[in-house]
Amino acid sequence: MEWASWNEFWSMGGYGLYVWGSYAAVVVGILIEVILLKRGQSDTVRRLRRLQSWESQ
Amino acid sequence: MSIAWYKYAAPVTFYHLAGRLAPWFAWGAALLTVIGLYIGFFVAPTDFQQGEAYRVIFIHVPAAWMSMFIYLVMAFWSAIGLAWNTRLSFMMARALAPTGALFAFLSLWTGAFWGKPMWGAWWVWDARLTSALILFFLYVGIMALWAAIDDRRRGDKAGALLTLVGAINIPIIYFSVKWWNTLHQGASISLTKAPTMATVMLVGMLVMAFAAWFYTIAVALVRVRSIILERERQTEWVKEILER
Repeated sequence: MEWASWNEFWSMGGYGLYVWGSYAAVVVGILIEVILLKRGQSDTVRRLRRLQSWESQ
Repeated sequence: MSIAWYKYAAPVTFYHLAGRLAPWFAWGAALLTVIGLYIGFFVAPTDFQQGEAYRVIFIHVPAAWMSMFIYLVMAFWSAIGLAWNTRLSFMMARALAPTGALFAFLSLWTGAFWGKPMWGAWWVWDARLTSALILFFLYVGIMALWAAIDDRRRGDKAGALLTLVGAINIPIIYFSVKWWNTLHQGASISLTKAPTMATVMLVGMLVMAFAAWFYTIAVALVRVRSIILERERQTEWVKEILER
């Protein structure tokens, strides 16, 4: 174990901004992609269902 | 034993196969990420030159690798699609592009956050950084081209052509640190030499690279399913799925 305390862990030897700034971007990027993907999936199904019932009339 | 590959090239088969496989890759990605981050933050020691700042490597290198590799896979599907006019190939290319763009962006972002403390600059116009930026623009350009062309088949072909032309950028990115005198360091890992980094750090980085792989496969499989539904909506099997 490299860290004596959580404080030390979060400060990353003074490089906290850079290390956590990088990891935060990855977390945000992946969250956005997964949310957009899930939403896109249900949007597609909903739109195609509407198209289908519209065409069958 | 022979595997009927052509069977899996049929959108209906692949739709169901992708649906079964995606959760496994998603859980695999989550598990690998936990292991990789544990190694990266709690097992790997402080770097004697860069202190703790080097820990950006566990996401920077996997993101950069994925951004290049996804592009090569897209180029592969584009070539197959152009040569044999296989429907699923173009769908795969379209399903991969957003994730490639995301990783290209993240490689630039994490690179900037690593460059600032180590080089004193968020950005420099050296060959590696510039060619990586071009890769990001290529992804965005290809997606914009698809979005701009209403005719799906023409869009597929135009996008595939742009993807193939842009593929020349991949060896340029990879060898840029050799061909030019860059501020960016050379490769720590190559096929011809022993890695120039500590084993624990290397293992952590590779585990994270596999996590990125699994994530990409999971996301692309989910995305391609929506694309398949959309493009096959006139078929009976899609109508059946939608009626459920």
